[in-house]
Amino acid sequence: MKRVMIVLGLVAALFAFTGCGSDTLNVFNWGDYIDEEVLGIFTEQTGIQVNYQNFATNEEMYTKIKNGGSEYDVLFPSDYMINKMIKEDMLEKLDMQNIPNIAHIGDQFRNLSYDPNGEYSVPYMWGTLGILYNTAMVDEAVDSWDILWNAKYENRIFMYESMRDSFTPAFKRLGFSINTTDSAEIDAAKRLLIEQKPIIRAYVGDAVKDSMIGGEGALSLVFSGDAVFCIEENPDLAFAVPKEGSNIWFDAVVVPKGTKHKKEAEAFINFLCDPDIALKNTEYIGYSTVNMTAFENLPQEVQDDPVYWPRLESLGNSEVFLDIGDYIGEYDKAWTEVLASE
Amino acid sequence: MKKLFAYPYVVWISIFIVVPLLLVLYYSLTAVDADGAAYFTLDNYRRFFEASTPGQPFLERIYVSVMLRSIWLALISTAICFVLGYPAAYIMAGKGFSDKSFLLFLFLVPMWMNFLLRTYAWLTILEQNGVLNNLLGFLGIPKLDILYTDAAVVLGMVYNFLPFMILPIYTSLRKTDRSLIEAAQDLGADGIKVFSRVVFPLSIPGVVSGVTMVFMPGVTTFIISNLLGGGQYILIGNLIEQQFLKVGDWRFGSAISVILIILILISMGIFARVDKEPVTTA
Repeated sequence: MKRVMIVLGLVAALFAFTGCGSDTLNVFNWGDYIDEEVLGIFTEQTGIQVNYQNFATNEEMYTKIKNGGSEYDVLFPSDYMINKMIKEDMLEKLDMQNIPNIAHIGDQFRNLSYDPNGEYSVPYMWGTLGILYNTAMVDEAVDSWDILWNAKYENRIFMYESMRDSFTPAFKRLGFSINTTDSAEIDAAKRLLIEQKPIIRAYVGDAVKDSMIGGEGALSLVFSGDAVFCIEENPDLAFAVPKEGSNIWFDAVVVPKGTKHKKEAEAFINFLCDPDIALKNTEYIGYSTVNMTAFENLPQEVQDDPVYWPRLESLGNSEVFLDIGDYIGEYDKAWTEVLASE
Repeated sequence: MKKLFAYPYVVWISIFIVVPLLLVLYYSLTAVDADGAAYFTLDNYRRFFEASTPGQPFLERIYVSVMLRSIWLALISTAICFVLGYPAAYIMAGKGFSDKSFLLFLFLVPMWMNFLLRTYAWLTILEQNGVLNNLLGFLGIPKLDILYTDAAVVLGMVYNFLPFMILPIYTSLRKTDRSLIEAAQDLGADGIKVFSRVVFPLSIPGVVSGVTMVFMPGVTTFIISNLLGGGQYILIGNLIEQQFLKVGDWRFGSAISVILIILILISMGIFARVDKEPVTTA
């Protein structure tokens, strides 16, 4: 009996260290996706401490939340992931009474297909997926995804390691939806990507920014927000959203089910929608804000910059990613075949 | 009283090793039907070996070929680590070398740094316009372009795992009874013979643990192939990572993990057999 007690005691001691303080808000966000200065301002204003942690992919975040192992109160997933989490009843409905600053969010960014009634999420940033290219190496016009298949740029093209992003150029080139669940269409896109692989330098994540700024690549698939950052660092770079259409994406703020700090979480979301704070964040991150008041306070040349602020009308063929459920397994298999091909 | 000190370890093992392993095994052997009830199945394993087109040769099947590539790259890395590590350990353990603790220290210093950071550093070194190529350009030597190739993946593995080869070999060489070497010399054996008949056979336990400690992380790594291989050289570790973190198919991911565990058990069995072979002194 004594032995059992000792073992139990040790187990209890182990778990005692994992608890979190009561007045702390646990925020789970993408890396480098907030001006961390604003966290201090929030604590100053409200007395609520913020425990700030990062994730690298939507799926990594989802896995952690789904398994309930970690207690987070505020998350920043992308559109399709919010769609999935709503379907799986993983999110709290937000009390908009506590988030009056939502009035600053542009109407065009509210109630989008991933959260049709706008009950679960408050948009944070938005952007598109396009081609970042180095004008010192590419002298032709970049207006089509075709250029990513041009053997002239062999070993100087970067793609994303995330499969749905890298499938987008292939689907759009073939005229398919980026949310397709037709196995023949996926197969055709897969063959296109296998055909492209020999001229690709690498499939990377955030590293693409350093590579493009450093002149390692001529062309790369990047999100518009990263393009803004890269162009600032290296003026030779330019960005285009191909005419075949692309992906428009949104990252939004949500609160997971079962949080003990819903009120504090809503206060935090309201704080993020404050125009001054939103301005600080968009200036720091370089991604396009959804906060129209903050947008109007940006310098005129930034407002007019089509990279920072793509004209919505020019994005006619573009789509938002939606959750495709278990069908993602088919994408994965196709993507593994692409990556494993010689 | 002695037993008491074993409890933390027993608790540790059961929480962090036994339970997770059982969970992995459970997930790999089950599937969920439409009502959400789990049932026993081997489908997750079947999927690993299944052909994507009819009549596809076994070794060319997508997941099998990824597995073979992992083994191959791990074997190459292990061989290189051995070739580089044995002489280093031999020199350090040698009588003539007085500053062994300093040299040992130099081997250990990089391990104070985070593994991820060390691997990231290679990115900056190997880039087209990176440190290495700037240096080569300065010396008038043609540039090397090995980043995002399997050479870079092997380099990353050798760099990260070399200390795991050197340390066990060093330890077993240090333990070698000097009088045996002297006896061999007295009996007229030359340097090569002393080494091949006495020193090397006695260091085999160290070699075996070195080989195991390099081969295992080599075959399971996914960070090195991600960063230095540019995602183009996916290994079995990447497949597992993809299932858990990107697709969310825990059952298939678990099945791949179990297959990997079996693979490692088999290779450990082979290594252990080498270890047990009697040392011939004839």
